[in-house]
Amino acid sequence: MEKSKLLVKDLNLYYGANRALKDVEMEIRDKAVTALIGPSGCGKSTFLKCINRMNDLVENVRIRGQVLLDGENIYDRRVDTTLLRKKVGMVFQQPNPFPMSIYDNVAYGPRLHGVKAKQELDSIVEEALKGAAIFEEVKDRLKKPALGLSGGQQQRLCIARALAVRPEVLLMDEPTSALDPISTSKVEELMEALKKSYTVVVVTHNMQQAARVSDDTAFFLLGAVVEFGPTAALFSRPRDKRTEDYITGRFG
Amino acid sequence: MKAEKSILPGAGSLIGKKSGAAAERAAQIVFTACASFAILAVASITLYLVLSGTPAIFQVGLKEILFSTVWAPTAAQPRYGILYVILTSVVGTGLAILLGVPVGILTAVFLAEVADERVAAVVKPAVELLAGIPSVIYGLLGIYLLNPAMYRLERWLFRDSATHQFTGGANLLSAVIVLAIMILPTVINISETAIRAVPPSIKAASLALGGSRIQTIFKSILPAAKSGIVTAVVLGVGRAIGEAMAITLVSGSSVNAPLPFRSVRFLTTAIVSEMGYSSGTHRQMLFTIGLVLFVFIMVINLILTRVLKKGGQTP
Ligand SMILES: Nc1ncnc2c1ncn2[C@@H]1O[C@H](COP(=O)(O)OP(=O)(O)O)[C@@H](O)[C@H]1O
Ligand SMILES: [Mg+2]
Repeated sequence: MEKSKLLVKDLNLYYGANRALKDVEMEIRDKAVTALIGPSGCGKSTFLKCINRMNDLVENVRIRGQVLLDGENIYDRRVDTTLLRKKVGMVFQQPNPFPMSIYDNVAYGPRLHGVKAKQELDSIVEEALKGAAIFEEVKDRLKKPALGLSGGQQQRLCIARALAVRPEVLLMDEPTSALDPISTSKVEELMEALKKSYTVVVVTHNMQQAARVSDDTAFFLLGAVVEFGPTAALFSRPRDKRTEDYITGRFG
Repeated sequence: MKAEKSILPGAGSLIGKKSGAAAERAAQIVFTACASFAILAVASITLYLVLSGTPAIFQVGLKEILFSTVWAPTAAQPRYGILYVILTSVVGTGLAILLGVPVGILTAVFLAEVADERVAAVVKPAVELLAGIPSVIYGLLGIYLLNPAMYRLERWLFRDSATHQFTGGANLLSAVIVLAIMILPTVINISETAIRAVPPSIKAASLALGGSRIQTIFKSILPAAKSGIVTAVVLGVGRAIGEAMAITLVSGSSVNAPLPFRSVRFLTTAIVSEMGYSSGTHRQMLFTIGLVLFVFIMVINLILTRVLKKGGQTP
């Protein structure tokens, strides 16, 4: 658990003239949950999308600095983003299943990466659905449209879909903000379980959630990391006054 | 004691003037009237076509009409076989669809997903303009540009043939090309709208799973836009089947088996080109052709919406 999976060095990101990330430094531990907290608009999602280079899709974006995944700079010119995104999966804020069957949703990633044999796909799909704690609920209707599932189920399906490509890192951007409390606690339990096999980075605006599920927490403010460290310490003895204000709810 | 003044109109009671009720009722009547008019129109067209199209069937016989290949309405012993005409419509529109639909969908993909904004800003209005051009203009351009080129190709291909009947380039192939071009704007515009309507989150999901741009287009965006694209195809097919003006001009309009370098006559062009001088059974036969065309379009629409739409819904 002490090994670092991701090392972020002096990361700066500009949307046009707007500097959305400022000199971000972070060491994300392997097989741990790292939470990113902070008021909205402070750059949490932007930072998360730097880790799988989804920001590349935004026009007029400029990125400076390094993100090392297992020691390899993902912003190296020779990096193939499709291979990177295979290693670094992502779950979005709004559940976004494809308008296809549950099975086809989960099989989508493996199929992209060349898995064709029915049996192999079947077992990957089952394994991924089990990994996302949704297999029991959907095993009798794998051929039914994914859009027929409830929001909470859709989100766990999206997690299964991400797991099916067997990533090493899982990025989650406020994965429970669109869910009801019961679904939320299911996804939180899932995060606990996931960190056994994956490195999880989760954005949350819910402080209790960060405290409950994460090992490390980073507090962002206006694009900069104000404080970063073990979650227990950050919540019980914040070093920075601004962190304290934020976690005690005194922040605007 | 002053009563509290409320800001709500008619506060304290839910009973209002119900001023909206009359408007609601009027709107209801207008909507119903419009809907009834559409149904009335379809019903009367059907009735009229059946009434005007059946007499010739009784006189000539359904078998002779549908299965004979000889069309000689003005001969001393008139023959009214329209098998070649039917086949020409089937083959001609079929080929035009096979040519036009893929090109149209790929163009739509290009416009919606690939082209940068400046290129799209030029191509898009051009395509829209194409949609507004009257079909007879397509026909004129076909005569002016396509037929001569086709004639050259024909002379070269059949330079050693003793039996080939030269068409001057006015043949099935020319008609197919003109039809394919004519359905392009319909297919492109509607498909593009459908593709653009796919939520960006779908694209993001595919890319985040490690999909390439092309994989993302073909495996997630197009499937998500499927029902709109099916509509595009159905409307394109409708335009191709119903087209008469342009293909009258470029297809040579003599009744032949639908082979690429033969002059051919479609169901539509048969009616258009002969209505002016026909009379008696011949004239009634043209109405029968209209009936056949009508049935043809109905069947195709049914098949397309049933089969394609079913494929469009995820199981
Ligand atoms: N695609 C974009 N283009 C331009 N500016 C953006 C874009 N996405 C985010 N921003 C800006 O970057 C800043 C950080 O946004 P974001 O990372 O979404 O914050 P958070 O997730 O913490 O709420 C905000 O000021 C936001 O307006
Ligand atoms: Mg965000």
